Amino acid sequence: MRTDPRALRFGAALTTVILALVLVTGSAWLLAAQAVVFALGTIGRSPYSLLFKALVKSAPKETEDARPPRFAQAVGLVFAVAGLAGYAAGITPLAMVATAAALLAAFLNAAFGFCLGCEMYLLIRRLLPAAKMEVSQ
Amino acid sequence: MTGLWVVLATLALGSVIGLVRLLRDGRMRDFAGRARSAGRSAGSSVEVPAEEDGEGMASGSVGRLTGDDLGSPLGERATLVQFSTAFCQPCRATRRVLAEVSELVPGVAHVEVDAESRLDLVRRLDVMRTPTVFVLDSSGNILKKASGQPRKADVLNVLGRAVPAAPAQDRPYDPSHGASQDSDEM
Repeated sequence: MRTDPRALRFGAALTTVILALVLVTGSAWLLAAQAVVFALGTIGRSPYSLLFKALVKSAPKETEDARPPRFAQAVGLVFAVAGLAGYAAGITPLAMVATAAALLAAFLNAAFGFCLGCEMYLLIRRLLPAAKMEVSQ
Repeated sequence: MTGLWVVLATLALGSVIGLVRLLRDGRMRDFAGRARSAGRSAGSSVEVPAEEDGEGMASGSVGRLTGDDLGSPLGERATLVQFSTAFCQPCRATRRVLAEVSELVPGVAHVEVDAESRLDLVRRLDVMRTPTVFVLDSSGNILKKASGQPRKADVLNVLGRAVPAAPAQDRPYDPSHGASQDSDEM
């Protein structure tokens, strides 16, 4: 499955803004909404990508493999859930650190095109050789 | 208020990481074997290499890869070994660059290794990211390592300097020389 890299970049920029707002306002609900977006992103149904497609009609010059960004969305989801747990349990430092980690990854993707989540894949596999992380096509 | 500072600190950190990565990504670096690279990447594991080196020697030298290691024959003059994973955006572009180089330069082979199915090599060579590219000489000694997508010019440059050039590459007269030899024989 192929995907439009411009939509991914747009999604990363929007994610950056949302996560920054979460940290500034301390709104667990906004983080929950972003977690839902991450969850939809892992199955290739990111609302941000859909929004991009609705706004931009032109076809992309090139497309790329959809699996790396989907895996990265799953990594984002893990951090968002950790952040939500932090807010729910009243452990603000956990909430902030987890949200900041997701913000860092989203910002690097939006501003530099680096996919931190994608690169964590090999590190995770090095640590957990037995783990099988299949992403359905 | 704390949240705003966390946002600013995170964005500042991200900018630094991003700029450093832009500068370092895909640069060809000297490969000095595991002891040095392990010491560089994790200060705490400085004592570990001694033990690991013994293990490494059992399965072949750290700074050398054989055709058996790669499951594919080495190039006559040099081999470009690319570690990739499925979850790697720049791997495809890297594959394109290295395939072009191996077509352009005679005697250079391009071997792509699936990092996931070769975690033994990943650990032995301390591969932290994909793509990671190793440049091997004709006998499999690792000359250079690049983390991230290397530029075509850099790869050609490394090959030109580190690997003895084929006669046709260096001296444009060679082909005609060869031709005259042929005519001499006839």
